Amino acid sequence: MTRSSRPLTDPSKRRPPRMLSGNEACALAAIDAGMRFYAGYPITPSSEIAEHLANWLPRVGGVFIAMEDEIASMGAIIGASLAGTKSMTATSGPGFSLMQENIGYASMAEVPVVVVNVMRGGPSTGLPTSPAQGDVMQARWGTHGDHPVIALTPYSVEETYEATVRAFNLSEQYRVPVILLLDEVIGHVNEKVALPEREALRIVERPKPEVPPEQYLPYVDTPTGVPPMAPFGAGYRYHVTGLAHDETGFQTNDPKVIDAQLRRLHRKLELGRHDIVEVDEFLLDDAEIGVFAYGSSARSARRAIRLAREKGIRVGMLRPKTMWPFPDEEVRAWTKRLRAWLVPEMNLGQAAHEVEWAVAGAVPVRRLGRVDGNLFHPNDILAAIEELA
Amino acid sequence: MFDYQSYLRLDHFPLIWCPGCGNGVVMKSMLRAIDNLRLPRDQVCVVSGIGCSSRLSGYLDFNTVHTTHGRALTFATGIKMAKPELTVIVVTGDGDCTAIGGNHFIHAARRNIDLTVVLINNLIYGMTGGQHSPTTPSGSRASTAPFGNSENTFNVSGLAIAAGASFVARSTTYHAQQCDKLIERGIQTPGFALIEIMAACPTSFGRANKAGSPADMMLWQRDHAVTAQRAEKMSPEELQDKFTIGVLAENPRPECRAEYQKLIDRLREQEAKA
Repeated sequence: MTRSSRPLTDPSKRRPPRMLSGNEACALAAIDAGMRFYAGYPITPSSEIAEHLANWLPRVGGVFIAMEDEIASMGAIIGASLAGTKSMTATSGPGFSLMQENIGYASMAEVPVVVVNVMRGGPSTGLPTSPAQGDVMQARWGTHGDHPVIALTPYSVEETYEATVRAFNLSEQYRVPVILLLDEVIGHVNEKVALPEREALRIVERPKPEVPPEQYLPYVDTPTGVPPMAPFGAGYRYHVTGLAHDETGFQTNDPKVIDAQLRRLHRKLELGRHDIVEVDEFLLDDAEIGVFAYGSSARSARRAIRLAREKGIRVGMLRPKTMWPFPDEEVRAWTKRLRAWLVPEMNLGQAAHEVEWAVAGAVPVRRLGRVDGNLFHPNDILAAIEELA
Repeated sequence: MFDYQSYLRLDHFPLIWCPGCGNGVVMKSMLRAIDNLRLPRDQVCVVSGIGCSSRLSGYLDFNTVHTTHGRALTFATGIKMAKPELTVIVVTGDGDCTAIGGNHFIHAARRNIDLTVVLINNLIYGMTGGQHSPTTPSGSRASTAPFGNSENTFNVSGLAIAAGASFVARSTTYHAQQCDKLIERGIQTPGFALIEIMAACPTSFGRANKAGSPADMMLWQRDHAVTAQRAEKMSPEELQDKFTIGVLAENPRPECRAEYQKLIDRLREQEAKA
């Protein structure tokens, strides 16, 4: 079955250009994607998302609620999604830590929600107004247990708009929490963008049951691995739990059933992998050196690559727009044509660890970490490229 | 005879609760209240947290959610805000609601969101094996209070009143018929309603405190519960080992979701004019 969560049906259809920040683009896109419930707790550098939505949501009949903390925010968006409403929250590192408990619940109970994490410096309270990319692994493994998750890493304001719509499409399509990983620079930078026309957006809705209530199995296996989801109040009275459950949704201790259900949670993303995983390839065709970069680090990397090209160095970039599931196949495919990888990121080697794992020693992988709250200067990345050349 | 079976998911019986547990009494009382109000069952949503009492949701044939520990009120808040036409009832315990979920409890009451909370207070963490909770009486024993609980306890209903709940009541499993009426009134209240029901945990609390049989524990409830009217005439000394039952507070205040709807409607009107 071919499925597409890609939001643009006709990329040429655009609204007039305007200046927008990443956070504002995210809030706009959420409304355009049909999000009608937002719950959140203020935290820099994500707060503008909440502020815009507090203003816009009631105008479109949606609901904004300020919760008492980020644990409550996650609980509330799960509840609203069970009631059939597309829901979202936004936060930064410390709040993202608090959300992990109920992100696990959303994975286990297969409740579509979108969680925006505008990354700032950590650990702990860290650097509230400085960019970082230290939550890449937390986005993957922050909650306990073997759980599936999708995380997207846009690198511009325009891409943040598209990635936000796509985050809702993916969460609905696969019934999974989707993490939108921005960083402080992407959230706060203002860029001139021509947003896609609303009519040119592909908006995906969760699969609905086609059977009468008495035959409905809320956690049944299907060819896609994704069970249909009935909203509360529509006549399908069923049970939702974070406990290991069978296809009826009720707790089970049967090892065979538990194993099959947990493997299905992963299989549904494996089956959708080619829809979910998206990368951008920049000047890679003749490259000997590959840069693997995402978010605001990829902006510096683009400039560094152009400067290196001017010096005759054949370098290009593989930029993951989807961080999780990790684009390991894409990394492996390009590795065959490269002499080395360079991974600049605003942490001490989180995505680099995954690149190393995918490359499996075939070529050297050079880590370039930055954790001082500053962006990479293109010259920093250029120097590392020159060392590898 | 009341037809409980039509409301129950009998495939999931027997209940996990121990013999003599008060949770079943509360479950039946909830069903009588819902039936009396003739609520369409597709429109009823029962949300619970984690613990013995929170298993209750799974036995009822409504839209049911068994959430994470302490978080039932947050899920319920999302459901109610997104779909206000649903009747949302939260079932929780003393540990779930006042320890790990304490902050959510305060804020749900403050918002005065239209949820009915049935808090089964058995004075202990039952499911994990009888550890002391914020409502374990000072001096009482628990597996983590082998020498008697040295901490002060929460007055749960008092907390809800202070935070701004519209309806607050307390009863016991001995007073099951009173529970029906209080739950009914809680559901009918357009705002946050707390019905705190004192329930026996013979297995954990009872054994640790030599409280006797389940029947003895219910008789203790009878002998220590006084109505609000009677309590007014009693001295502080007489009230020392007593607790008040019945309606403890009625405080009509603007309800959270209804107020938000007014905002939506006002903005729509403005838009229409413009």
